[in-house]
This record gives sequence, C-alpha cells and structure tokens, in this order.
Amino acid sequence: MSAADDCEKCEELLQGFLDRELTEAEHELAELHLNGCDYCRRRYTFEASLRRYVKLTAAERMPPGLMAKLVQLRGTDPQAQS
Amino acid sequence: MSEPEPDSEARRIAGQARDRVRFEEEALELADQVYRVARRLVGSREEAEDLVQDTYARAFRSWRSYTPGTNMRAWLLRILTNLNIDRGRRVQRSPDMQPLEETDYYLANRVAESQGEQALEQEKVVESLSQDSIVNALSSLSHNFRDVVVLVDIGEFSYADAAQILDVPIGTVMSRLHRGRRQLKQRLAEEATA
Repeated sequence: MSAADDCEKCEELLQGFLDRELTEAEHELAELHLNGCDYCRRRYTFEASLRRYVKLTAAERMPPGLMAKLVQLRGTDPQAQS
Repeated sequence: MSEPEPDSEARRIAGQARDRVRFEEEALELADQVYRVARRLVGSREEAEDLVQDTYARAFRSWRSYTPGTNMRAWLLRILTNLNIDRGRRVQRSPDMQPLEETDYYLANRVAESQGEQALEQEKVVESLSQDSIVNALSSLSHNFRDVVVLVDIGEFSYADAAQILDVPIGTVMSRLHRGRRQLKQRLAEEATA
C-alpha cells in the first residue's frame, strides 16, 4: 500500500476516530498512520479543535425562567392519584 | 390464604407517586442539556423553549413508558425530535441522494493553502470563526443533516443513541453525519480562509 493510499484510508477513518466509534483494529490502523504522517496528523488536530470549538460556541444555556415553567408541568400524569 | 393487607393499595399508590417524583426530578436535571440540543434544532429561542416545554409535558404524562436505568436523555430527545417533526416540519425527500461534496479534509486543506500547513496546529485559526458564522452554518443544514450533527456534535450522543432517537439505521446516521459535516465545513471555509 502506498503512502497516498494510507492517507486516503486515514481520511476515511477520521470521523469515526474523532467520535470514538472505531473498532480497535481500525483505531490502531489510524494511529499507526498518524504517527508517521504529518499531513494527516495536522488535519486530525485541526478537525479535533474545530469540533471542540463548534460545541463550545453553539452551546446556549437554558433561558432563565424556563426551569420554573417545567417544574409547573410536574404531576400532570392523568393517572396520578392526588 | 393470608388476609389482604388493608393498606396494600395505599402503599402501592404511595410507591408509584415516589417513582413518579423520582422520574420528574431526574428529567428536570437534564433540562439544560435538552435545551442546548433543542436550541440548535430550531430557529429561535422562543421555539426552543416551546419545544422543551411540550417535551416535558409529554414526558411527565407518559413517564410509565420510560424504563428505569436506560438513557433518559436519549428518551427525552426522542420525544423532542418527534414533536419537532410533528410541528409541521416536512421530512425532506431523499437528501442522501446529493453527491458527496469535497472531502473530509476540505476545510483543513483550504486553511493550509491560505495560511500554510503549520497554521493547522494553531487553535487561533479555528477560534477566528465567529459564533454567528458557526450558528448560521449549523442552521443552514437541511433538517435531516442538522438533526444528526446536532445530536452527535452538540448533544454528544453515540451513533447508536442518535439512530434510536431518530428511528433510522445506524448507517444512515453515519452517512448524514458525514455529509452534514462536509456541508458545515464548506460553509465555514469562506470565513476561515478570508
């Protein structure tokens, strides 16, 4: 297998690797390649920071007041005995 | 046969009430996490608030169908995504027929082209993206793609949980995630390389 084939395989594994959804064998394959390939390693690093940043940036806390409204909905089970 | 305990019915009712209260408390502890996902699935804060309230109203009514010990956050999100679809959101036809755009390295390659290979290792390149552009890029994704990207990237659900929540096969989750993230990166590329 040539280096270019390895990079292609590595790119294929990128999503599963960062989502921790690879099998052990696939994970090892990706790591083995990443250890020797600056090109892919930089892209994995970039992708990992992009995900962290998207998660951080897109997170918006619950508006104040919503919790009180949800608490009011408690005990609305029609079968609940009073 | 032993005499039926006079207060066994009362005890059963009290036990149920305790289970219900426990369920409600556990569900309320997850409200902030549920809201975060809801907020990125819909266009506005008001819609997200409505959706979360409808979700909790339904959850509190049908708490008996929740199996204790299973993933309650996934159970709540399943109610929420179903309600979101019921609210008139049309399921789009065959979104997976779109050609697969570019590559997973697309955005990284564009950044490397404009700022050099070393830039990929610097956090500040990513951090130069504005909150608005990220939020806009997310909301510009088609619903099917957005659902999986938001569940996995914002909600941190596993592929299996996302598949269960959306009631689609796991392979569908993976391919929508793939395409959704590629679209997201294409939309961010302009700003990242400006």
